[in-house]
Amino acid sequence: MLVHSRGGRRAVWALFALLFLPLFALPLLVLVAASFAGHWSGALPSGPTLDHYDAAVRGESLRALTASLATAAAASALALTAGTWAALSAHALGRRARRVMDLLFMLPVAVPSVVAGLALLVAFSKPPVLLNGTRWIVILAHTVLVTAFAHQSVTAALGRLDPAYEQAAASLGARPWYVLWRVRLPLLLPSLGAAAGLCFALSMGELSATMMLYPPDWLPLPVLVFGATDRGSPFTGSALAVVLMGTTLLVLLALSRIRTKASYR
Amino acid sequence: MAEARPWAPRLLWAGVPVALLAAGFLYPLVLLVWQSVSPDTGGHSFAVYQDVFGSEVFRRALGNTVWIAAASTAGCLVLGFVLALVIAFVPFPGARAVARFVDVFLSFPSFLITLALVFVYGSAGMANGLWTDVTGAAEGPFAFLTTPWGVILAEVTYFTPFVMRPLLAAFGQLDPAQIEAASSLGARAPRIVRQVILPDALPALAAGGSLVLVMCLNEFGIVLFTGAKGVTTLPMLVYTKAILESDYPAACVVATVNVAVSLTLYGIYRAVSRRAGA
Repeated sequence: MLVHSRGGRRAVWALFALLFLPLFALPLLVLVAASFAGHWSGALPSGPTLDHYDAAVRGESLRALTASLATAAAASALALTAGTWAALSAHALGRRARRVMDLLFMLPVAVPSVVAGLALLVAFSKPPVLLNGTRWIVILAHTVLVTAFAHQSVTAALGRLDPAYEQAAASLGARPWYVLWRVRLPLLLPSLGAAAGLCFALSMGELSATMMLYPPDWLPLPVLVFGATDRGSPFTGSALAVVLMGTTLLVLLALSRIRTKASYR
Repeated sequence: MAEARPWAPRLLWAGVPVALLAAGFLYPLVLLVWQSVSPDTGGHSFAVYQDVFGSEVFRRALGNTVWIAAASTAGCLVLGFVLALVIAFVPFPGARAVARFVDVFLSFPSFLITLALVFVYGSAGMANGLWTDVTGAAEGPFAFLTTPWGVILAEVTYFTPFVMRPLLAAFGQLDPAQIEAASSLGARAPRIVRQVILPDALPALAAGGSLVLVMCLNEFGIVLFTGAKGVTTLPMLVYTKAILESDYPAACVVATVNVAVSLTLYGIYRAVSRRAGA
């Protein structure tokens, strides 16, 4: 305990609340409040309404939600496969080669997403690979951007894995494939679940590269949120944002349930 | 044991994901840099670089990017240190829940913060509404949202959790006996923070701080939602040049500069976090 007097502790906690609540809790509360508000010109919102949600779950918005979910699901599945593959194969290499691979796969984090989007636009706007104007370029961009995070979390998990299990399996004559499938991947499952959640959340909220690439028939939800606020209807934007946050949280919750179920095995 | 197996198949296995990364990321990036030295008129030259470097917009964007990122990082470090300090060493009921909330916060996109700040500090928002209600004035005093300060506030809010997480991990490894010993020898809280906790947290602070610096340099959503003409950063300029003005050569030049700045700082981050053992 750093502060011993009761008064001192109270003062510290008051300072904490004073910093924490307006900075972190208020924005989220305000977004939720705005999504139910008809007007907001004053200290508090007024004219409670569900109209924004009515608009947020039909037509263009519903298509955007589906596009976002499909993009995020595809990108996380691909990124998880590629990231896990990269982490596993790097783990089998020597120290220097491993470091090079870690560096390569972390590059997409260091490079601005807008630039990654522009690079894809430059590379895939002409034959032989013409992806520009299709949804595949959006999915490719999201995959590239989130693979770094999948790779990073699986690499960290591999480092914590007890090698005794796979050594025991191998010494009992299990082939490498069998060891991978029946020993290492099940042991990695909790981390894979966490990595999948991270990738999904990042892809659901990805705006930078998407703004550079999205075709007219594949508008993910963040693009629509920007469109609504840019048109001067921030209340619709807030409702869409709440739908975005809610969907992300639901998927994260579902993934964490799979995770805990697996850990009892 | 792993070393005894032949290296060729292992290298081949590693080659597959690297080839995918090369096709989807490295090759486009190289092409982008190549494009920046190949103007539309044909041949190769640095003519576009000269034009871009000479333009007022670019220089202002470069300056804005660096100072906004530096100021946001400083804010995140101070705020993150104070908040993590309270959670770790002056724990209160619910401190765990707060730490969990911070983790959830990280899974939301950054631009939501700016969207929310419009309702809090915008011209018709809460803060100005409260002010006009209390004082009876025609309009409130808060008009910083469309200035760099609005961007800095949003970035500090969004990125502070990235500083708090490594700090909380580092604080968790600090031996409480050290603090008890210092305390029983008569050191008061500020001195313990300065002489015991801070030196121990420096590697985590450095690693978290440089990560946040890179992320602030690359941030686009917050600046886009701020929507102010006066606040152009490098990523914003890449978007403006490419999508709004269809000036791809200039966009490629700005993008190349942006990558160079970010990669340099990211290299420093890797070096620092490796030295810190993170």
